[in-house]
Amino acid sequence: MTRSRPMRTVMLVVVGLVLAACGGGGADAPAPDAPSPDASAAPGAAVPDAAGPLVVYSGRNENLVASVFADFTALTGIPVEVRYGDTAELAIQILEEGTRSPADVYFGQDAGALGALEAQGRFAALPDDVLALVDPRYRSRDGRWTGVTGRSRNLVINTDLVDAVALPASVFGLVEPAWSGLVGWAPTNGSFQAFVTAMRLIEGEAATRAWLEGMLANGVVPYRNNTAIVEAIGRGEIAVGLTNNYYLPRFVAEDASFPAENVYLPGDVGGIVNVAGVGVLATSSRPAAAIALVRHLLSVEVQTAFGSRVDAAEFPLREGVDSTLLPALDSLGAPDLDLSQLEDLQGTLTLLEDVRAFE
Amino acid sequence: MSTSRSVPLGVRLPALLVAAAMLVPVGYLVAVAATLTPGRALEILRAPATLELIGRTLALAATVTIASIVIAVPIAWCTERTDMPGRRLLSLSSALPLVIPTYVGAFALVSALGPGGLVASVTGWTPPSPYGFRGAAVALTLFSYPYVLLTVRGALRGLDPALEEASRSLGRGPVVTLLRVVLPQLRPSIAAGSLLVSLYVLSDFGAVTMLRTQTFTRAIFLQYRIAFDRAPAALLGLLLVVLTVTVLVLEARVGRGRSGTLARSGPVRPAGVVTLGRWRWPVTLAIGAFLALALVLPMIVVVWWLVRGIAAGQAFDPALGAAARTLAVAAGGAVVATIAALPIALWSARDTSRLARLTERTAYLGYALPGIVVAFALVYVGIRAVPFLYQTVGMLLVAYVVLFLPQAIGALRTSLLQVDTDVDAAARTLGASRWEVVMRVLLPLSRGGAVAGATLVFLTIVKELPATLLLAPTGFETLATRVWSATEEAFYARAALPALLLVLVGSLPLAVSMVRQERRRGSATDAGR
Repeated sequence: MTRSRPMRTVMLVVVGLVLAACGGGGADAPAPDAPSPDASAAPGAAVPDAAGPLVVYSGRNENLVASVFADFTALTGIPVEVRYGDTAELAIQILEEGTRSPADVYFGQDAGALGALEAQGRFAALPDDVLALVDPRYRSRDGRWTGVTGRSRNLVINTDLVDAVALPASVFGLVEPAWSGLVGWAPTNGSFQAFVTAMRLIEGEAATRAWLEGMLANGVVPYRNNTAIVEAIGRGEIAVGLTNNYYLPRFVAEDASFPAENVYLPGDVGGIVNVAGVGVLATSSRPAAAIALVRHLLSVEVQTAFGSRVDAAEFPLREGVDSTLLPALDSLGAPDLDLSQLEDLQGTLTLLEDVRAFE
Repeated sequence: MSTSRSVPLGVRLPALLVAAAMLVPVGYLVAVAATLTPGRALEILRAPATLELIGRTLALAATVTIASIVIAVPIAWCTERTDMPGRRLLSLSSALPLVIPTYVGAFALVSALGPGGLVASVTGWTPPSPYGFRGAAVALTLFSYPYVLLTVRGALRGLDPALEEASRSLGRGPVVTLLRVVLPQLRPSIAAGSLLVSLYVLSDFGAVTMLRTQTFTRAIFLQYRIAFDRAPAALLGLLLVVLTVTVLVLEARVGRGRSGTLARSGPVRPAGVVTLGRWRWPVTLAIGAFLALALVLPMIVVVWWLVRGIAAGQAFDPALGAAARTLAVAAGGAVVATIAALPIALWSARDTSRLARLTERTAYLGYALPGIVVAFALVYVGIRAVPFLYQTVGMLLVAYVVLFLPQAIGALRTSLLQVDTDVDAAARTLGASRWEVVMRVLLPLSRGGAVAGATLVFLTIVKELPATLLLAPTGFETLATRVWSATEEAFYARAALPALLLVLVGSLPLAVSMVRQERRRGSATDAGR
């Protein structure tokens, strides 16, 4: 029976691998040395944190933030386990998990997701001295989440096809016939949704509907996400895209001849600043460590790093720290906007479906 | 002849248990959708877009399914039965497009064939637009036809060559024999594979968003991800379950007609090799050209990312740990799913009763649901019912079984239908108990189906994303999560190595099963001399 030998070898390898996989989590994850929670609470004192690693659900990409968590562990000795995923999906996962959620900290890249968790009572209040680090415009009115970095909406243009000076100063100008078929957007993307929600708040329901219909009539091209827009601009499929400010630098980092540039829209709703932010779960059994992580994210070192890494290139939100790569946040003259109100997404979704923006 | 008396309780009971577990996602959807007021529910169901979405989704499923049959059946036959040059390489590579996640495949199509893409900039010729319904149909066919290919291939290996030999010895040519003798016997396997393709299309999200075709699944995603509102999404999910039932009824009509009438009565002898003669090269070239689009093109795009990244001085992580974990969970999931599928496949292949059929059909309900919906259901139920399993490898394997069980059932059931029920009867006459018939006759004879089914599950797990992200142990990275996290944020160079490893890991089970088949084929040729 020589025939069965390779099969047997395969089975052995498989069993070995499964056992190995069951044994350790990820290769990069710290080993869960003490999985049993420490139940001994000192009487009279505040309840100490449970043992075990701090669990973070991160909608921010691993490529951008893994080193920040590693630094936190190196500085404090607190091990961190991170579940990376989609910002919206992880927020829904926390809602589905209910009070049993293993997450201590949620780190998402959209004020809408943070607002949805806050509205469902999933976040604990953050200490005042932490909140004081960030301009009130970029955190929750109720003090239950805070922005960590800002990301502005802007236009990306193909420099072979368009001259920056020819661009309108507002996204409202893009409904003109001159831009017919040349503009791309990502209607299913969270940042775009937040932008439309902001437009409804700032410019009103009727003006927003008129703009959406004008864009659609003008042949706006829908893409899957911001990345796909920038990729298409590089190929010259479209000339102008409505995206966030930090996608283009990554394309340029991989391809120096990438023919595109960012154009900011000071004072326009098309240039609003959304945040990537963080909240501590009300059900966390390690609130002290969780708040220490929030402080770390807002520390001068981490904030400076976010503003100066080519692949991250976001606006630091700690007051007094500025990006070395981007214009100063205040110089953008972004319209005043209450980010907490960005959670009325059902209204935006209904409007977008109504004007058939997803077709 | 085939009554429930021939299937022991030890098979029926586990089958019912597994089927009950498969109902968890549907139960979750019902519970969540029930929180909607009747007025709001009616409003969602009667939205004009809803009906249009249903129409377009079904049209896409039908188009992709028919195209997959037309492509997969000839490739399966040529790579299994003929003397085509390069047969082994084509046999291996023709199943591989299945491991390419559709969002990567569709992205590759766009960046290669889109305006200003690789093809246009190199050749100066602009290919037809990859966007829209047509583009989505092409992409989904390219990356899901292997469902038909693998089930048909498994069935071809289980066919008794005696019928073909009889046809040839009666003076029929190879073509007539193929059309009149082989094809009718492949009908159950074609139906099983088509079912997997059409239900996959119902659940796909990656290709349709990239290629801008609004389908039902995309609408469900929008509800979840934009509005954080589970109830409307759950209602739409239930509507998708209704669509699935429609497809299941259709498949039952087509696939079940005369199944079992051409069954064999024992282990198979390998079939002889058909000589293609002057058709050898044209056939090889045609299949090669198709694979250039389905496999080589995406690979070229990925290698291009790598080359560009190296030129720009990017650092690379070999991702070997992620590759080992991918291999482990895919192999583990394939084994567990095949074991879980066995009782259902056995029961439904040997019993025509309504309960047996219903049990088997139930297993397909969750399969057409988008992975993220099933994943949320398992989050909700898992953390409450089995908190000790939540976010462990065990939980992940359970999720894979719930997601992909039908792939194992389809292939297993097909191979069991190829075994004549007279064989069971003969074993019984010789004094075997019903249990012994199962263990000593049916299980050994269903090995081909088990291998085909396990391979399908393996290949699908390798690229699985939503359940892995939500249910794997925290920090547990696989190749698919690596590729996703890098491409999502435009770090293409960092996605390249994991994407190439994905294809490499996927080719492992295919290579093993090919080596085994070649050995059999070799011994058959020797015996024929």
